[in-house]
Amino acid sequence: MGDISLGSDGWTKVGKSAITVVAPIVAAALFWVGFLFLRGGAAHQSVIAIVAIIWGVGGVAFLFFSLDWIVHRLPLKVAKKVQPFIFVGPALIILTWFLLLPTLRSLYLSFFDAYSQNFVGLDNYIFAFTNPKMIESFSNNLLWLVFGTAGSVGFGLIIALLADRSKLEKGFKSIIFMPMAISFVGAGVIWRFVYAYKPAGEEQIGLLNAFVSLFNVEPQAWFTLQPWNNFFLIIILVWLQTGYAMVIISAALKGVPQTIIEAGRIDGASEFRIIRSIIIPYIKGTIITVSTTIVILTLKIFDIVFTMTGGEYGTEVIASMQYKQMFRFLHYGRGSAIAIVLVIAVIPVMWYNLHQFNKTEGF
Amino acid sequence: MKKLTVVLLVLLILIPSLFAGGQKDGAKDQKTVHVFGAFVDEEAHRFEEAIKPFEQRTGIKVVYEGSKDFETLISVRVEGGNAPDIAGLPQPGLMATFASQGKLVPMWASLEHLVDTNYAPVWKDLGSYNGQAFGVFHRVNAKSFVWYPKKAWEREGYQVPKTWNEMLSLMDRMVANGHTPWAVGIEAGGATGWVGTDWIEDIMLRTAGPDVYDKWVSNELPFNAPEVQHAFDILAEIWLNPKYVYGGKNTILTSSFGDSQRPMFDTPPKAWMHRQGNFITGFFPDRIQDNLEEEVGVFALPAIDPSFGIPVLGGGDQFVVFNDRPEVREFMEFLATWDSGKIWAAEGGALFPYLDQDLNAYPNAIERSLAEALVDAQVFRFDASDLMPAQVGAGSFWTGIVDWVNGKPVKQMLDEVQRSWP
Amino acid sequence: MNKQRFPLAINIILLALVIVWSIPIIGLLISSFRPQDDILTTPWWTIFTQKSAMNLDNYKRVIGGSSSTFIDAMGKSIRSSGDNLARAFLNSFTVTIPSVVIPILIAAAAAFGFAWLEFPFRRLLFTIVVALLVVPLQIALIPVLRDYQSLKLTGSYVGIWLAHTGFGLPLGIYLLYNYISTIPRDVFESAFLDGARPMVIFYRLVLPLSVPAIASLAIFQFLWVWNDLLVALVFLGGTQDVAVLTQRLATMVGSRGQDWHLLTAGAFVSMAVPLAVFFALQRYFVEGLMAGSVKG
Repeated sequence: MGDISLGSDGWTKVGKSAITVVAPIVAAALFWVGFLFLRGGAAHQSVIAIVAIIWGVGGVAFLFFSLDWIVHRLPLKVAKKVQPFIFVGPALIILTWFLLLPTLRSLYLSFFDAYSQNFVGLDNYIFAFTNPKMIESFSNNLLWLVFGTAGSVGFGLIIALLADRSKLEKGFKSIIFMPMAISFVGAGVIWRFVYAYKPAGEEQIGLLNAFVSLFNVEPQAWFTLQPWNNFFLIIILVWLQTGYAMVIISAALKGVPQTIIEAGRIDGASEFRIIRSIIIPYIKGTIITVSTTIVILTLKIFDIVFTMTGGEYGTEVIASMQYKQMFRFLHYGRGSAIAIVLVIAVIPVMWYNLHQFNKTEGF
Repeated sequence: MKKLTVVLLVLLILIPSLFAGGQKDGAKDQKTVHVFGAFVDEEAHRFEEAIKPFEQRTGIKVVYEGSKDFETLISVRVEGGNAPDIAGLPQPGLMATFASQGKLVPMWASLEHLVDTNYAPVWKDLGSYNGQAFGVFHRVNAKSFVWYPKKAWEREGYQVPKTWNEMLSLMDRMVANGHTPWAVGIEAGGATGWVGTDWIEDIMLRTAGPDVYDKWVSNELPFNAPEVQHAFDILAEIWLNPKYVYGGKNTILTSSFGDSQRPMFDTPPKAWMHRQGNFITGFFPDRIQDNLEEEVGVFALPAIDPSFGIPVLGGGDQFVVFNDRPEVREFMEFLATWDSGKIWAAEGGALFPYLDQDLNAYPNAIERSLAEALVDAQVFRFDASDLMPAQVGAGSFWTGIVDWVNGKPVKQMLDEVQRSWP
Repeated sequence: MNKQRFPLAINIILLALVIVWSIPIIGLLISSFRPQDDILTTPWWTIFTQKSAMNLDNYKRVIGGSSSTFIDAMGKSIRSSGDNLARAFLNSFTVTIPSVVIPILIAAAAAFGFAWLEFPFRRLLFTIVVALLVVPLQIALIPVLRDYQSLKLTGSYVGIWLAHTGFGLPLGIYLLYNYISTIPRDVFESAFLDGARPMVIFYRLVLPLSVPAIASLAIFQFLWVWNDLLVALVFLGGTQDVAVLTQRLATMVGSRGQDWHLLTAGAFVSMAVPLAVFFALQRYFVEGLMAGSVKG
């Protein structure tokens, strides 16, 4: 890791300057040609696939190098100021186009009526905050937030800690990860069968009902039982997301320096103590990051609720309401307002992360 | 080293760009019509087979794209400027929305003439907005049918009831025999509840008549009017009586609409009747589907008030035009004729409204009788929940049914639905 | 080193957890070998106690593409088949791989910038990036589609790669930022003493050091894009030639979902690839190169 200085590569000065000017221009031209080719899509499928991959990777690398090259040619003072934007620039531009501008557009539309023709002021927001189904959604999303996050991060942490100490680590982690790979399409079928209901006296095909029938409890239509049905749905999320939390926390665990763990052991601390006082504080940043992403996921939760209960039986959530307003009832005003409400709801999370951000330093 | 990297990059991009061919060629010479619809898989295949004669005759290529996410995609594509040439809209309300926004191409003279000739007037009305016709119906479905396990009925000596009271007596007779009359299931993921709306619509037509039905659809008759409550009370006699429905309310709520008929085909049957539209044949167990005429019987849901007879409730996708081009017009005109439907009719699982259709084209006696019922119907009405504004028809009406089955008092539920009317 | 303590207890607990976790998956796996009638009438665990019909029919249907037989206009019996899944697989790969690589590179650069470089509005911009995590991508579909129409990007692979990049960047930047910001300062000090440019530091130091985080992100992004349906439908289209795997599997259940039992097999067919990616990237989750780089 020591030597990073550039070495001379033996070209003559003239040759170097020529290549320096010509090559990027030629590369840019071919980059554009490649773009047109891929956009046109005329060649055989596999050719496009391969070109795509090369173009994608090469293109991005090319982008960064050429930006860097250009900035390097500028006067030092200007270069220093502009440099960071080489790194964050492409991301910011893309984010602005794909997410920021649409959000601002939604903000604008949220003040208009269903087909965006008449200005209606705050009517859509009044709907968003007073409609009984919306109120139900807010309280449900809160349940999702608390229990979904605690469950996923909690299990993820425990499993990561345990697996780290086991020889069968890879196998265990793979199985915990599998639900994520199955995706919700398959998961939906599975969980439908966990909660399936058949009338009393019939053979139960649902796992949960079969289980409780061992204790002579009558079979239940689990999704209709309020408010427990929310938890039955949240369990599905925890099952799916624990793998995600586990992977990230596990990677962080691997980065904990052995030296400080050994120091703790030499001091005679118990394993639990080491975990609690050394390891967890060390990976605190990661735990916060994972929790933040899962919190935000629970605010946006849609598929599980929509396909399992359609939001019925008191299980409605914000994103399902947003979908219904926007795509089923074609009310762009309300759909946009609900989306903006989601963005507002995430402000406390942002604030907390900002707080953490301030603790790190740059150069 | 950096220069070498640049050279490598140049080479990497140079090699593939030898293939650079620019825009698609060849495809431009052939005229293509893009159709977007909600039916997929087997039905999509059958549609493609049905329209092959057109493609062969005219040389126009028709590309059909079907998606289960039609509901989401159609408005995104239309708003996003990427509308298909033709779309098959499942709800007249959707057609009205697009028409009111000026996105649809109105019917032109030659098409209108075909529609006037080949269809009963009701189909043109359903495809119109503000007096202007837009939509052409192709495959339609009829809903007011009761299916039953034929062989088991014959063994028990059950007869097809001709009136509602006869049906109620039959139900009591079944209960006395230790049988459960009905198999009902309304679960449908994000669309749970629509099965209940079909039942209520059938009952409304039979107790209040088609004129009141129309007023109900337009909200001239409020949703919480006595006539509507009466319909729910009649349904409650069946649905909310655990003796009459297999598995009681829990099964109604959790059994998926497609699979809920299965108990009928157990040995012995766990249920003896199932009310559903003609598409349900595709859900029957395979061994039943293979032997449809012998295993399954069907009768029209009987009349309640004899003066209103047996109306037929139905629905269907209407094809509308977003992009006007000569080949698109040609295809639409093809769709308005029996020629475009007869192959699909022969393949089964589809009914068509054309006045000049050949009933013998249908593959079995059951479909033939359904088609006949549809074409000959004295009174035909389109599914109300598809006609009402989406907030109700795909919103509070659906959730109202679910809540009501789950125990909400009918008056409260009806008031809530009425309040939700935009 | 961590592996010696209490191996038995740990493995037992893990085993218990793993069994509970995999019961639903096992249920799905077993169901995928059963005919639809059986799935609906008897629970899957009965295959252990009773004789049950098990077959590969569901898999054959899913992989071979659906087919139906009917009579055509001339009274001939015709068998029509949908495409098999090969095309859909290729489409999914073409969509997914660049949609993973491109956002990761861009996110890594941005994360590095936010973590280690000074520039105006740094805090505000980062906050906005985190906030964008919550934006439902549905609201972006219409405006971006309109832009794509003008740029003639609709239906092209370039368009969908850019879209997935756009939607995947907030999470990517956020996760990579978390990792890159914890790289000890010392590691960079020697580089700066040598007067190296940030770009060089980035691709020579930061990228190699961030491999564990990049590998994690790669898996998630791969999963998300591989399993995505909506974005592909909007920007790429759903016709047979461009449809991705998820689209084909979704339509296989039939217009009304009558063949939902095919989802059991479909889920496993689709899952094979992401799992393979997971296994392939597993070895990058090893102790980070950082573990040895702390001084003293």
